[in-house]
Amino acid sequence: MTTSTATSANIGPESRLTILQRQRRWGWVFLSPWIFGFFVFTFFPMIASFVFSFTNFRIGEPIQLLSDNPACVAEFGSLRCLFGNWEKMFTDPVTSNALGVTLRFMLIAAPISILFPLGMASLLNSKFLLGKPILRVLFYMPFMVPAISGVFIWQSYLNGQTGYLNRILRLLGITEPPNWLFDSAYMHTAFVLIGLWGVGNAMLTMLASMQGVPTELYEAARVDGATGPVVFWKITLPMISPVILYNLVLSLVGLMQYFIVPYVMSNTTRSDPSANFINLHLYRTGFAFGDMGFASAQAWLIFIVALAFTVGIFATSRRWVYYASGG
Amino acid sequence: MATTVNKATYNKAVNTSPFYAVQLRKFATYGLVTMFAVLFLLVYLSPLANMFMVAIRSQEQLSQTADSSIFPMGAKKYEYKGKQLPIFKVEIDGVTRELAQVSATRRSSVFIDPANPEAGEITWEGNWRTLEPVQVMEAHFENFAEAWELINFPRLMGNTLFIAVTGMIGTLLSCICVAYAFARFPIPGKNLMFIILLGTIILPGQVTLIPTYAFFASIKWTGTWLPLIVPHFFANAYNVFLLRQYFLTLPRELDEAAMIDGAGPFRILLNVIIPQSWAAIISVGVFHFVWSWNDFFGPLIYLLGQKELQPVSVGIQVFNFQYGQRPDLIQATSLMAMAIPVIIFFLAQRVFMRGVVITGVEK
Repeated sequence: MTTSTATSANIGPESRLTILQRQRRWGWVFLSPWIFGFFVFTFFPMIASFVFSFTNFRIGEPIQLLSDNPACVAEFGSLRCLFGNWEKMFTDPVTSNALGVTLRFMLIAAPISILFPLGMASLLNSKFLLGKPILRVLFYMPFMVPAISGVFIWQSYLNGQTGYLNRILRLLGITEPPNWLFDSAYMHTAFVLIGLWGVGNAMLTMLASMQGVPTELYEAARVDGATGPVVFWKITLPMISPVILYNLVLSLVGLMQYFIVPYVMSNTTRSDPSANFINLHLYRTGFAFGDMGFASAQAWLIFIVALAFTVGIFATSRRWVYYASGG
Repeated sequence: MATTVNKATYNKAVNTSPFYAVQLRKFATYGLVTMFAVLFLLVYLSPLANMFMVAIRSQEQLSQTADSSIFPMGAKKYEYKGKQLPIFKVEIDGVTRELAQVSATRRSSVFIDPANPEAGEITWEGNWRTLEPVQVMEAHFENFAEAWELINFPRLMGNTLFIAVTGMIGTLLSCICVAYAFARFPIPGKNLMFIILLGTIILPGQVTLIPTYAFFASIKWTGTWLPLIVPHFFANAYNVFLLRQYFLTLPRELDEAAMIDGAGPFRILLNVIIPQSWAAIISVGVFHFVWSWNDFFGPLIYLLGQKELQPVSVGIQVFNFQYGQRPDLIQATSLMAMAIPVIIFFLAQRVFMRGVVITGVEK
């Protein structure tokens, strides 16, 4: 270690390596924590959960492939038994309902998770806004509130009688505002409202991206006589589209894993099927009922759906995402 | 430039009104946009006001109806001869005064004027139940003390701090090393590995959840803090990405100069790279701390039933499922749980927000 590279070129076994080879070795050394972690905590568990999805795995009990169950095989044949957990996801009404609930919720929540921060970022980017630095910090702040606190805070805020939201609505002349969390028809809307506190990162990245748009583009548009909305539609949006793409992917993958809000709300929404999201259902299947084989199949379903969304978005991104490098 | 100056002088000299009209419109736009933003912000943050106002209510104030004040109100009292007397709005000789009730029968009451007690007692004819009591804001800050004791907040906070700080050390050690490898070393297949690393950002955690849980259960780590701490010693995509981006901006000449002086890769990392990268390192540390403070799912499954070991997030959830009838305490604990991350954010907001921008925009 102490000998310098210049003089050690011809001495000792270590020095027979070229500088490049030595650099490579050190590279692997520094990379090793991630490589080890990737295999132990990501790659092998992923494969294992796929294998588990064909078993009756429960913690503390001997693990058995579903096709090793003679009673089942006698009735349905070994192949159908092997895919028993996968079949159950679509035949079990509670599970297929949970997937449906999640996808329907995504349909409203995903667009809002982009449009709301986009609106906030445009407001904060306005040249007519005074006190931008402090407003930016305050608009971002709710993102720092722990999800668990956030849910309890909103639970009280959305209270049908005394919650501030319904007080505001009554002030605006709506005499009978909804009882958000106890009415199935309004529950998803309430969940979307709670989600509005989680858009801080999307807002901040969109804002930074808007500030990075070269001013020449705006000047050129003005010279050509373009007005505000046209400039926004033709210049700002295309220029920030890579950030929108990134946030949309994160939002969709995040919504497939929607958990804390419905879990904590389950003290009031306990048996309402429209509050049973797929990830909450997975938690109940695997950890409350201990059926880890079936839960693994659900996990892979979440993964496949999330992957399909990601691939779909990237596949269409050529049409609506602008990359400055022309790639 | 010259033409604009000419135009302005021209306007001023010949006809001042268009110039001022333009300025006025500009000021009006500033005012309107800013006012809209502030109003919007107030509505956006109004759940916090709701939380605070519920947290400081007594049981009796919580049962007030929907049309009651948004503030917790109580009857105004006046101390007279060692007694707390209720104050009413009393009309005497056509003037409404706020008087404290000393004694009362159904037909008449004896009052005293708190503003002028020397004037003596005043007798008023009529049924006092028709009088309107005077309300003042009455906050019950003792709710915070009660919640603090009931959830044993110091213990929860100690647990959370231990998990967050040890995990933070692990994240920093591993992510700095891995980011250094990606930024500086000619490893074959580096680009592919970097893409895989970034891919793990969008990998849903569920797909690894059950085997990981089973693995930790088989080595008897469930019911301890280890599953919440040890995985952070193996780097994660967000923070590696952030640090790598930062390391790439540092000039290589300094590394090379150190190398020629005989420094090995570790020495270069410690003496050249790290001292230049404090901004990025601090933001990774803050990110991890806040993430760990807010983490709910990990402690929920790994510390099930281990009341002594639970962090703030799970602790307040367990408590709130038990004390569903005490919304005041629920809101008080919510405030306690959010205080530290929010304070850290306000203190470190510059580094924090820059870190978010680097990871989010530079993809």
